[in-house]
Amino acid sequence: MSSKEQKIGEIIAEHHGREGPLLPILHDVQKEFGFVDAEAETLIAKGLNLTRADVHGVVSFYHDFHQQPDPRPEVQICRAEACKARGVEALMADAETAAGNRVKLKTVYCLGLCSVGPNARVGDDLHARLDAAGLTKVIENAR
Amino acid sequence: MIVRISDDALALACGADAVAEAFAKKGHEVHRVSSWGMHWLEPLVEVNGVGWGPVTTDRVDEICDGKADDICIGPVEAHPFIAGQQRLTFARAGKTRPTSIDDYEATGGWEGWKRARTMDPADIIREVTESGLRGRGGAGFPAGIKWKTVADAKNPRKYVVVNADEGDSGTFADRMLMEGDPFQLIEGMAIAAYAVGAQTAYIYTRSEYPHAIAKMEEAIRKAAPIISPLHMEVRTGAGAYVCGEETSLLNSLEGKRGEVRAKPPLPALEGFMGCPTVVNNVLTMAAIPHILAEGGAEEYAKLGIDRSKGTMPIQIAGNIKHGGLYEVAFGIPLSKLIYDIGGGTQSGRPVKAVQVGGPLGAYIHPDQFDIPFDYEAYAQADALIGHAGITVFDDTADMGAMARFAMEFCAAESCGKCTPCRIGAVRGVEIIDRIRHGGRKRDTIELAPVMHNAPKDAGRLPEQEVGLLTDLCETMKFGSLCALGGFTPYPVMSALKHWPEDFFGKGQEQKALDETTA
Ligand code: SF4
Ligand code: FES
Repeated sequence: MSSKEQKIGEIIAEHHGREGPLLPILHDVQKEFGFVDAEAETLIAKGLNLTRADVHGVVSFYHDFHQQPDPRPEVQICRAEACKARGVEALMADAETAAGNRVKLKTVYCLGLCSVGPNARVGDDLHARLDAAGLTKVIENAR
Repeated sequence: MIVRISDDALALACGADAVAEAFAKKGHEVHRVSSWGMHWLEPLVEVNGVGWGPVTTDRVDEICDGKADDICIGPVEAHPFIAGQQRLTFARAGKTRPTSIDDYEATGGWEGWKRARTMDPADIIREVTESGLRGRGGAGFPAGIKWKTVADAKNPRKYVVVNADEGDSGTFADRMLMEGDPFQLIEGMAIAAYAVGAQTAYIYTRSEYPHAIAKMEEAIRKAAPIISPLHMEVRTGAGAYVCGEETSLLNSLEGKRGEVRAKPPLPALEGFMGCPTVVNNVLTMAAIPHILAEGGAEEYAKLGIDRSKGTMPIQIAGNIKHGGLYEVAFGIPLSKLIYDIGGGTQSGRPVKAVQVGGPLGAYIHPDQFDIPFDYEAYAQADALIGHAGITVFDDTADMGAMARFAMEFCAAESCGKCTPCRIGAVRGVEIIDRIRHGGRKRDTIELAPVMHNAPKDAGRLPEQEVGLLTDLCETMKFGSLCALGGFTPYPVMSALKHWPEDFFGKGQEQKALDETTA
């Protein structure tokens, strides 16, 4: 048994007995490996007595799940209405320059901090009231 | 001395941790409390009832000496922003430590729960109905009626599900409630479960809210003995806006794609796992403890106007000087919220538009700022209150671009179940692009002889494209299964109606477009 198989088995066992365990399992698998690939889908499907198509349908539906690894740090930038009203679009060119190939920029819609935007999130750290310099710093510091 | 600083996610994003640490280093006792909701002042520091904000670490010494007058706001509770509110759901905001069960009890916590436990479930439901409480999630459906349907359902297995998938831009009340007063939500859920006979209660929340999830989980652990044998659990979504729609939320909770279900059957009869389920929004549920406390229902029904009863936590966001959470009885006009309370735009420029009700809400023109905040009045103005988020834009906003974004958002977040939404939104983006770029040139396909009805002349003028867009919006509005496809026409059509100049001839990328469609 590969270590991946074993780890996924443990995760499934941990959520066994919960009602509708698939999303919690996918979250944990993604946290563990950084993505949910075909192999993981197959293992999860087997563990939950689903088809791989069932699992893949779920994985591909949600924006949070990635199917390929991406080792770059991720900076989420809110580009929803309230942050647009506070000027996030004007920061994007600088953000892209700062990110280059090292950092992955992800557009998200609303972090719930809409009165102090533009806002960004790195992991569980939130950053508010960003201007071009502030956002650049957030991106440069992202690990 | 005791220093009170919020640990709400917004305060953290504004640097509250560093400020708290600086005070602690000086040997002060720091209490991490919920946020007052005066977001422009975060991080807000409170000492003996007096507030300073926004505070940076280099001001800590001055504050300890009672100075820093330029950022001192005086007694926090007397601040006009706070004094003007009618706080029921957010009565504890700024005052308690969110996960302290002692603080909760000391401020009237569990009173509704205690009284409810002495009552017949049918009487609880009657009181909720009489209070006039309507779902705060957007549709405004009376909560008591929903509960009664579940209570009367035959299946012995029942559920309570709280919709905490607050994905609307410009809204943060659910997040603040979960982070600032989690026990109140738990108490409301416990009452609901008892009233309808449910054994399990879920809170489904967004993955974008890690702080709220952590606080809720901690609070549930602490409250477990009080609400036992009820089982309560937080479930995290996975970044799909449409899961805020109650039936797709239920699918997601079951571990499926978050596709919207056709109604009927109503979730109240066949909801989670096919069992009768109460699905209520966070704010609806959080209003329950107050209503069930002695005399609460009557007091609640007295507030508000007409059929919009009680208070509404209004979220003031976007380009606004004094943004934050403002809880007040229904009926307040927009102008008051934007100018008197919000202080106008942050940029100091004139207000151009206000979007009420999140990404699916209409853009309101300054000429309409006197409509009262109330479900019916908004419906009449072809708008909606939704989750009561108001997002302010100044005169630099490009409303054509905002309309395009509304369609783009719908395309990105569509669950794919119905064609008007899944395909319509994509076509909507394309039409708006064409309007902005001067209309459509002839296509090769349209020139083919078999395309009898296709225009054979110069293609479509921008005005004709507008007709097409209007048509498309009608189709989406009446042909979509849920609010995402059905309400996206609100921002689009309101923008087009009030600011047509932002659509026509924007950007002279005509040539680029010609090349792609020639
Ligand atoms: S309107 Fe859109 S999101 Fe709603 S059910 Fe139809 S396709 Fe799904
Ligand atoms: S719109 Fe950006 S945080 Fe809400």
